Amino acid sequence: MRYLPLTQTDRSAMLAKIGADDIDALFADVPAEALLKAPVSGLPMHASEMAVERHMKKLAAQNLSAADAPFFLGAGAYRHHIPATVDHIIQRGEFLTAYTPYQPEIAQGTLQVLFEFQTQVARMFGTDIANASMYDGSTACWEAIAMAGRITRRERAVLGPIHPHYVSSAETMARFTGDELVSVGPQLSADAGEDAVIAEIDDKTAAVVVQYPDILGRVPDLAKIADAAHAKGALLIAVVTEPVALGLLESPGSLGADIVVGEGQSLGVGLNFGGPYLGLFGAREKFARQMPGRLCGETVDADGKRGFVLTLSTREQHIRREKATSNICTNSGLCALAFSIHMTLLGGEGLGRLARINHARALTAAERLGAIPGVEVVNEGNFFNEFAVRLAGKDAREVAYALTRRQILGGVSMGRLFPDRPDMAEGLLIAVTETVSDEDIDYLAGALEEELA
Amino acid sequence: MNTINRSGWKPEMGEVDVHAPEDAPTASGDRALNLEEPLIFELRAADGAGKCGVDFDDMPDAMSPGIAKFARKKQVELPALAEPETVRHYTRLSRQNYAIDLGPFPLGSCTMKHNPRLNEAVARLPGFADIHPLQPMDTVQGAYAVIEQLADWLMKLTNMSAVAMSPKAGAHGELCGILAMRAALEARGDAREVILVPESAHGTNPATAAFAGYGVENIPATKDGRVDLEALKARLGPDVAGVMITNPNTCGLFERDMKAISDAVHAAGGLVYCDGANFNAIVGKVRPGDLGVDAMHINLHKTFSTPHGGGGPGSGPVVLSAALAPFAPIPFVRRDDKGRLRMVEERQRPDQAPQSFGRMAAFHGQMGMFTRALTYMLSHGADGLRQVAEDAVLNANYILRSLEDVLDAPYADAGPCMHEALFSDDDLPEGMTTLDIAKGLIDEGFHPMTVYFPLVVHGAMLVEPTETESKAGLDRFINSMRSLAERAKAGDQSLKSAPHFAPRRRMDEARAARKPVLTWKAPPGPAGEPALCELGGS
Repeated sequence: MRYLPLTQTDRSAMLAKIGADDIDALFADVPAEALLKAPVSGLPMHASEMAVERHMKKLAAQNLSAADAPFFLGAGAYRHHIPATVDHIIQRGEFLTAYTPYQPEIAQGTLQVLFEFQTQVARMFGTDIANASMYDGSTACWEAIAMAGRITRRERAVLGPIHPHYVSSAETMARFTGDELVSVGPQLSADAGEDAVIAEIDDKTAAVVVQYPDILGRVPDLAKIADAAHAKGALLIAVVTEPVALGLLESPGSLGADIVVGEGQSLGVGLNFGGPYLGLFGAREKFARQMPGRLCGETVDADGKRGFVLTLSTREQHIRREKATSNICTNSGLCALAFSIHMTLLGGEGLGRLARINHARALTAAERLGAIPGVEVVNEGNFFNEFAVRLAGKDAREVAYALTRRQILGGVSMGRLFPDRPDMAEGLLIAVTETVSDEDIDYLAGALEEELA
Repeated sequence: MNTINRSGWKPEMGEVDVHAPEDAPTASGDRALNLEEPLIFELRAADGAGKCGVDFDDMPDAMSPGIAKFARKKQVELPALAEPETVRHYTRLSRQNYAIDLGPFPLGSCTMKHNPRLNEAVARLPGFADIHPLQPMDTVQGAYAVIEQLADWLMKLTNMSAVAMSPKAGAHGELCGILAMRAALEARGDAREVILVPESAHGTNPATAAFAGYGVENIPATKDGRVDLEALKARLGPDVAGVMITNPNTCGLFERDMKAISDAVHAAGGLVYCDGANFNAIVGKVRPGDLGVDAMHINLHKTFSTPHGGGGPGSGPVVLSAALAPFAPIPFVRRDDKGRLRMVEERQRPDQAPQSFGRMAAFHGQMGMFTRALTYMLSHGADGLRQVAEDAVLNANYILRSLEDVLDAPYADAGPCMHEALFSDDDLPEGMTTLDIAKGLIDEGFHPMTVYFPLVVHGAMLVEPTETESKAGLDRFINSMRSLAERAKAGDQSLKSAPHFAPRRRMDEARAARKPVLTWKAPPGPAGEPALCELGGS
């Protein structure tokens, strides 16, 4: 077998050295009735690289990839162009096949990348600090809610119109931690719902969670909500599912958010059918000791040379066990590297340019689609690169299916996101990034026009 | 001994062959292939503004009046590098990392095995890498099939009834299993309060139980490094929700009484969680479902070879017993009556997943890890996976028996070890520590083993070679370990300041924690970061 270097001669020599008659002598502690005598049944035997590749390619071919269709899906996962440099570097074995940098003397590569990553994220978010990554945006979000509870010693959180998967993930946790969650779901309207959120904040509220831009692509007035939250002693958690937006929009931290979490997938990571993605987590410096996840910090070695280490680990499970701030161990290190490389290529200026292109593409698409009879742009003029349209009298889920039959991936239906909300069924969420061409917009507009006719 | 040049011949350098003193400085600060690398912020600081590593198509700018009031006034203060500088920056940094591609990485309980490159190629097929999680279901039947096939492998390898695929890593999987247990107990109106965890458990176990709202109590161990069955039985009662047992455990030993433990816990109305971090030792040899386990996470990034990537991403599917299957989280893949695969994302409707404890994260799990793991399983097949466990256990026992005369092996007489060999610092002389051996290994060109874990052994050194090391590679490692043990016993003080040959010497970790510096800040004065231009300035 190509992944196993031991030969039969090696195995015999090693068994002799150990003093075991055969390999099963080493499994002597397994009760005889539980020790399998043969390979597990019902599964295929080993296969050549070529045969495996053929099998997997066949499965891949059963999917309609975004590259093969005009593509307008978003809702928390966005398709951006990834420079070829990113994938080349993350496949270097020194990054790809390293472990968590617990031995800093021989992990400075990973550690310096994490320090640079933390700095990039903090500056994008407008926070003092950021951690070395979480699993994804949704888990970062409920970790932030838990953290706000520890800081404020309160157990209530108000959730604005955020991604429904983020809401249900937080609800799962709340069901077991006993936290009270109040969810102000979105309406299919231009109103970003700030007042509805603010009305729910009381003096028992630990955190107010607001997505920026929100699930319909609307940009809420964060500063206004921050003031209202702080007036009641609550923390504002901003959730950013499309970090490219921060090239154009003011950072959440500068608008008063105390904790900023996000999904970093847009930069460097790719769609990957939903994972692995990259949880971003920034906060005020005074909250550092309440943060979940790993933190990389600067120090010096015995010669006085600058270097980096994982630090403040007394927060973490491997030291603190049941008193840890989180149970997280493995994070999204390689995705953080990909994000960081992409950001290094872009810089602040490039991120701004990328953001403005995205916004301009989306404006073009909204204008074109809004002119179709039966299509109403819900948040006209208030979006970054994603907006909702109302397809009057139609179930958008059916329309999205009809579009795929024309080889167009035309958006995420609100029915898919909010299956229990009939009032959302006419909504279709359309994301338009720099990867969308004028031709793609024409295809979508033409198809939609015919489907709605 | 020089294994590279056995003849010993070397060219005559005559009088010019003068060795530079070891610490002679160079003007650049670099030393041949030992390259120092500044931070990107410092590279840019020396360089000024106005460069970018990405070229954009010529597209018009526009600004919607509705969001103009939220537009940033200054661009994000982050430097850019041109592509050649970027490639060089990260390539230079990469050379300061140790990796499994460079040599053995014998971290106990971490299973650092070779990461096959076919897996990487397959995961990058556009049909897997470039699809969106919310595409209409008919357009991603192949992706659902990957999940279904991987799930089938995992259930058959463990003899369990169901599998939750969405957990993002091992600890997330633990949470999934514990929440399923809690949901099942609550469904029968049986609120319980305590989870029992052995002292040798991974830190994630008690942290997970606490996060799920349980109290945590320790189970004592026997002298031979296993769960004390009698003590466990004595503690079981109506307040105990269940146990979290790692098997093989973190001392590298198989829990012989696992079935009896499960039976006792079940008899007391509790449930059994098994931490599957060490599944590599038994894959294809033992099915946890045969031992009475109710839930177990499987780290695809350990047993099934998806790369660790410097800390992640991982993937932690959780296999579940028939008792827990109805409580599995959403979403999951199900085949409808027309044979079409669909993702069940809702639990509200009674025909779907009414008892599911809910969703754990956005979307459907770590697809990129699923494709890699399935590729790995198909490559090995059922026969190859069995060989994986056998070779992993053989390699660990070979190390145990090759070092037990120079290092204390506390459980050497407690039977064969499984996939990892455990040593303590008992044989080291006063003043010499496990850390010194670990740092000495770095100078020998190896990554250290896991140190000071498990906590039940003083100065623990936990060595997990995995099955992808050759005998010759193990012999080199053993040779280095023996040399280090002998040097330590001889009181070689140079070990106290090792490593000497790594990119950095011992780091001042106390300083890092005392006054944390977690982001880069421009040094004060004219040498600092140049001001970046206002928006639209270039």
